[in-house]
Amino acid sequence: MGLNIIVLAKQVPDTRNVGKDAMKADGTVNRAALPAIFNPEDLNALEQALKLKEMYPGSKVTVLTMGPARAAEIVREGLYRGADWGVVLSDRAFAGSDTLATSYALSAALRKLGKADIIIGGRQAIDGDTAQVGPQVAEKLGLPQVTYAEDIISAEDGKVTVKRRIESGVETVTAPLPAVVTVNGSAAPCRPRNAKAVQKYKYAAVPSEVAGDEKKKEMLEKRPYLVIGEWTANDVDADLAQCGLAGSPTKVKQIENIVFVAKEARKVEAEDAALEDFIKELIANHTIG
Amino acid sequence: MADKNNLIVYCEFEDGKVADVSLELLTKGRQLADRLGVKLEAVVVGDNLKDIEKQIFPFGVDTVYKVEDKRLYPYTSLPHSSILINLFKEIEPQIAFMGATSIGRDLGPRVSSSLHSGLTADCTALEIGDYTDTRENKEFKDLLYQIRPAFGGNIVATIVNPECRPQMATVREGVMKKEVKDSNYTGKVVDLDVNKYTSPEDFVVDIIDRHVEKSKVNLKGSPIIVAGGYGVGSKENFELLEQLADTLGAEVGASRAAVDAGWIDHDRQIGQTGVTVRPKVYIACGISGQIQHIAGMQDSSLIISINTDPDAPINQIADYVITGSMEEVVPKLIKYYKKNSK
Repeated sequence: MGLNIIVLAKQVPDTRNVGKDAMKADGTVNRAALPAIFNPEDLNALEQALKLKEMYPGSKVTVLTMGPARAAEIVREGLYRGADWGVVLSDRAFAGSDTLATSYALSAALRKLGKADIIIGGRQAIDGDTAQVGPQVAEKLGLPQVTYAEDIISAEDGKVTVKRRIESGVETVTAPLPAVVTVNGSAAPCRPRNAKAVQKYKYAAVPSEVAGDEKKKEMLEKRPYLVIGEWTANDVDADLAQCGLAGSPTKVKQIENIVFVAKEARKVEAEDAALEDFIKELIANHTIG
Repeated sequence: MADKNNLIVYCEFEDGKVADVSLELLTKGRQLADRLGVKLEAVVVGDNLKDIEKQIFPFGVDTVYKVEDKRLYPYTSLPHSSILINLFKEIEPQIAFMGATSIGRDLGPRVSSSLHSGLTADCTALEIGDYTDTRENKEFKDLLYQIRPAFGGNIVATIVNPECRPQMATVREGVMKKEVKDSNYTGKVVDLDVNKYTSPEDFVVDIIDRHVEKSKVNLKGSPIIVAGGYGVGSKENFELLEQLADTLGAEVGASRAAVDAGWIDHDRQIGQTGVTVRPKVYIACGISGQIQHIAGMQDSSLIISINTDPDAPINQIADYVITGSMEEVVPKLIKYYKKNSK
């Protein structure tokens, strides 16, 4: 019996190895300087989904993301690695969403996608590090949640068995399906692209990406499997009062690019005599040793 | 239970001991409750809770809510969430804190979603202050400022929840200071009936196996830390740091960039989303000094920075700056320490 598996994924700016040009002079983030990537732990989540798809033939993996049309890039990436379909939830009404408004929008889209057996997402996204959207989606759909998952061992007989890694050790839990599972970075890495899938889905796109390009439009019409869903707030019957800024209880009061109060640092030359004197001094005043 | 609008802390415990992170939050909670002129409350959910309040009252806690049932330990999401959701509806706290642990970060979002209240994760500072909503031209008095590095640690954001209650925040262990207010301080205990706050459907998740693995890494307790960042450049170079740490009797830590690069385990990450440390000596090697890293080590007594970039931000807070590559400098430090230490 196949499973209907949904993967929640996010396209994020690569905040991990930011250079000095990541911040503009006015203290705001220079998004243009940061490449947009598939959120790393969402790739771990995708791998768990693809593994389940192999374990339970007939399963279907759908990637759901919220963001601008450009986020179709990560849906394509998902298709290249073995997912079957994807949807980009995209609307100006979602701009300024905090985690609660985001989980509201995602839960509306999940309702529209129909009954899922299991919803899998990364534990957290690297641009926010909150780990909140997974549990909030679970709450909004009235589903149980299993967070910090390292391995989804099985999903059968109406329940999912998951190994979790938490600070104090390792736990194995079972939860009834459907359930929401969020996956840790310590889980298995995602498999690479599959050459056949890349060939098949190379031209997959959301409709707005091909607007104005008659040739590409025609291709999508001929091959419906290339059409990545592109849904607005209206398409998922979202209540606008719960979307975007309006639906976000948290507000950003201020953002600062912190300037440290400089201490009077002593410079030590990186050559032998100076380093030896420095070490001797630290030993003499009992800082080390 | 007409006593409303107070500040409440969800207290975690293991082996009968209340977690440090919870006691740290109670300490901060007491300060903020005094500032607001409200009571400090705590809620403990689990099993074998006899006398647990004795560990909690000295932090200036006025009310301890206890929910005891053998099904409530070990922690699972649904019953603990239901208890907090129903309790918060009843006592309407204005502020609620929990540890940014695998429990607090599982529980907090579920509770905030149900109550439609704002939650900010991994705060590094919590203050009380006013807020003007310039869009709606509205003034709010005495809100909780939830302050945290954001965007991979490149900026610091102050978040407020003007309209929704409770204002919720999670904080990692070691970020706030733990301080007993008065060892004789005492308040009241309110025992809550688990069946009134949960439903049978909350107990559908079963823990079928659980083994405790205590982390071998003791960054918090180490007087000297040798930490490496992206500038270390490779896994092999981290071995140099390990040699230096062995020589000095230190622990090895790392910045997030080095952990993400796969050069060292995640449990050695120092910073907002890792461990917060306050060692006697912090030797930062190839660490540029993003805010999210600084947040986890700025209270070190002495900071030595080794970096090829003389303008690395971390040099701003360092006591000693060695401009050079760690590959050259670290072996020399090892050599001269060995030569001079005996």
